[in-house]
Amino acid sequence: MNMRRLLAVLVLLPGLAWAAEEINWPMEPMEPDLQNTPSLQNGYRLYVNYCMGCHSLKFQRYERTADDLLIPHDVMLENIIFTGQKIGEQMTVAMAPELAKNWFGAPPPDLTMVERVRGAEWIYNYLKTFYIDPSRPLGVNNKVFPNVAMPHALLELQGIQREGCKQVPKIAANGGEMRDPLVPGKSITEEQCGLLVLEEGTGLYDAKTFDQAVYDITNFLHYVGDPSRADRHRTGGFVLIFLVILWVFTWLLGREYNKAVR
Amino acid sequence: MSQAQHSHGQQKPGKVAAAWTGFMSWVDERFPLTETFEYHMSHYWAPKNFNFWYFFGVLSMVVLVNQLLTGIWLTMSYVPSGAGAFASVEYIMRDVEYGWLLRYLHSTGASAFFVVVYLHMFRALMYGSYRKPRELLWLVGMAIFIVLMAEGFFGYLLPWGNMSYWGAQVIVSLVGALPVIGPDLMEWVRGDFLMSEITLNRFFALHVVALPLVLVMLVFVHIVALHHVGSNNPDGIEIKKHKDERGVPLDGIPFHPYYTIGHDLPAIVGFLFIFCAVVFFAPEMGGYFLEKPNFEMADPLKTPAHIAPVWYYTPFYAMLRAATFPVFGLSAKFWGFVVMAGAIVVPAVLPWLDRSPVKSMRYKGVLSKFMLAVFVVSFFILGYLGTIAPSPGATLLAQICTVVYFAYFVLMPWYTRVEKTKPAPERVTMR
Repeated sequence: MNMRRLLAVLVLLPGLAWAAEEINWPMEPMEPDLQNTPSLQNGYRLYVNYCMGCHSLKFQRYERTADDLLIPHDVMLENIIFTGQKIGEQMTVAMAPELAKNWFGAPPPDLTMVERVRGAEWIYNYLKTFYIDPSRPLGVNNKVFPNVAMPHALLELQGIQREGCKQVPKIAANGGEMRDPLVPGKSITEEQCGLLVLEEGTGLYDAKTFDQAVYDITNFLHYVGDPSRADRHRTGGFVLIFLVILWVFTWLLGREYNKAVR
Repeated sequence: MSQAQHSHGQQKPGKVAAAWTGFMSWVDERFPLTETFEYHMSHYWAPKNFNFWYFFGVLSMVVLVNQLLTGIWLTMSYVPSGAGAFASVEYIMRDVEYGWLLRYLHSTGASAFFVVVYLHMFRALMYGSYRKPRELLWLVGMAIFIVLMAEGFFGYLLPWGNMSYWGAQVIVSLVGALPVIGPDLMEWVRGDFLMSEITLNRFFALHVVALPLVLVMLVFVHIVALHHVGSNNPDGIEIKKHKDERGVPLDGIPFHPYYTIGHDLPAIVGFLFIFCAVVFFAPEMGGYFLEKPNFEMADPLKTPAHIAPVWYYTPFYAMLRAATFPVFGLSAKFWGFVVMAGAIVVPAVLPWLDRSPVKSMRYKGVLSKFMLAVFVVSFFILGYLGTIAPSPGATLLAQICTVVYFAYFVLMPWYTRVEKTKPAPERVTMR
C-alpha cells in the first residue's frame, strides 16, 4: 500500500472528524433507566415492529432478551418472533446486504452495539428529528444525521414533521428566559426558524406518547448494547462490600506486624 | 513457624508436625525449597522505611497474574479470524457465563497495568532506584516496559473493532516512514498489503504466546536482580552498609511476613477495590479504557472520525505528532517515529545521566525537584494532547512539552552536578 495514501489518511482524517462530529442541533438529554422494565419491553416491541425489518441485533439472542426483560417464552414466540426462528437463535434479519445497498445506498447496519458507539442521547434525538424534505430520495431528512439514507420508520407513529418557524422564549444575557415586565409570568418570545414543527393529528401517537416511545426504543438499545450491565452493577455492589470488609481485616492484621517494625 | 513446630516437636512430637518436617527435608534434599523461600522471602532483608510508593511493584505482579488468568480463559472462546473475531468477543460478552467479567477484567487490567507501572517507574525516578548498583535491575525493568507496550499494542487489535483496526494501521504505517526499506518492511510486518486476517493472526500469536513468555521471564529476572542487590528505599541509602554480627542489615526487616502481610496485603485489597469499582461500574471509563468506535467491527473502508490510541500510549503519540517538519530530507513522519521511539527508550540511560552525590529526591537540590516536576507535568499534558484532534495550538504545546520531556534527561548530568544537595543520613529515617 502506498505511503502517500496513508499519510493523507493521517493528516486529513482528524479534520474530517470534526466536520462529521459537529451536530448543529440542540440535543435533548436522555438518561437511560434499566430498572424500568415496562419501558424496555415497550422499546423491544417497537424495535421488533418498526426497526427489525432492516436492522438486525445479530449478537443478541431472543431468549436472553426475553429472560432479561421478564417476557414469558410463549408470549415471546407469539408476539415478538415473527420469522419462525427458534427462541435460542440470534436476532438476524433476512434482508440481503447487497440488495439493501441497492435500495438505500448503504446496507442498514446491525444495531446491537449502536448505543455504545453513538450514545443514548444521539439515538433519542436522531429518532425524533426526521422531517419532510422533498429534495431527498426518500422524502425525509434528519437534523442530527443530515442526509441520512434511512427512511422515517416511525412516520406513522409521529406524523408529519416539517421544518418551520416557531415562537420561542427569548433568552436574556444572564441565560434565563426574558419575562414581560407588565404581565407577570409571561415570557417574551421571538420567532426562530429552522426548527421542526409537528402537524398535530397526523400520527397515531400524540407528541408526548411519541417521545415516550422513542425513549423506550433508546432505552432498549441501551440495554442490548451491554445486556449484562444490570447484573454487573448488582454483583459489583457485593464485590465492593466484600472487599471493604476484607480490607478492614487485612489492615488490622497488617497493623500487628507494623507494630513490631516500629 | 518452623521454630515453633521444632520446639513443640522436641517436647512431644506431634504426628502431623513430624510428617511435615519429614516431608520438607525429603523435598529439600532434592530441591532447594526452604532455601529459595528464605532467600527471596523470609530472609530477604528489605529496608524498614518503605512507604506508599513501594506498593506498585507488587501491584504490577497482581495485575500480571490477572491478565494471564483472564487471558487464558478469554482465549478459550475467542476466534482469531477476520470474520469471527469481533463476533466472538460479543459471544464472550453475552453467551459465555461470566464472559463479560473476564473481558472487563482483562480490558481494565490492561489500563491498570500501565497505571501501576507508570507509578512504579515514577518511584524509581523519585528515589534514584536506577542508580548503582541497580543499573541492570533498571534495564530489565525498561525491557519489561517496552515489551508491555508491545503486548498492549498487539492485544488491542484482537477485538477487531474499527479503532483496533485503524489504530494498528497508523502504528504499523510508521514502519513505512523508514527511509528506503520502509514500504517493504511495512508489508512484511503486516504480512499483507493492508491490515488483514493475516495481521490479526500474527498479532494473536505474539499477544498470547510470544510476548507473555518474554514478559514472565523478564519479570523473573527483574526479581532475581532485585534480590541480589537489595531494595532501594525512600532515603536512597544502602542498608547493607550497617549490619549486625549475623550479617543482617540493621535497618532491614524480613520481607515475609512484614512486607507481604504487614504492608502489601491491605494495599492489594485496597487496589482491588478501586480496580473492581472500574470493572463493575465504569469498564469503558468514558471511552478511555474502551473506545467507542471499537464497538463497530473493523472496516477498511470506514475510518473512525478521530483516531486516538488508548490513553497509556497518548503521551508518546503526542510526541509522534509533534514532529511536523522534515529534517535532512527525511519526512516529518520519520522524525516523529524517531522522537517517539527515543522518548520510550531514553529512560534506559538514566543510571549514567544522574551525577548527584545522593540518590533520593529527599536530599537532592531544587533543580532536580523542579525538573522532575515539569517532567511529570509535561507527561500529563502530552497524555491529554494525544487524545484530542490536532490543532496548531495543541501541536505547539506538544512540541514544548516534548522538549521539556527530553530536557529532563539530556540536562540531568548538568543539573544533578551543579545543584546544592543535602547530606543523606547514615541510617534510614521513618517518616
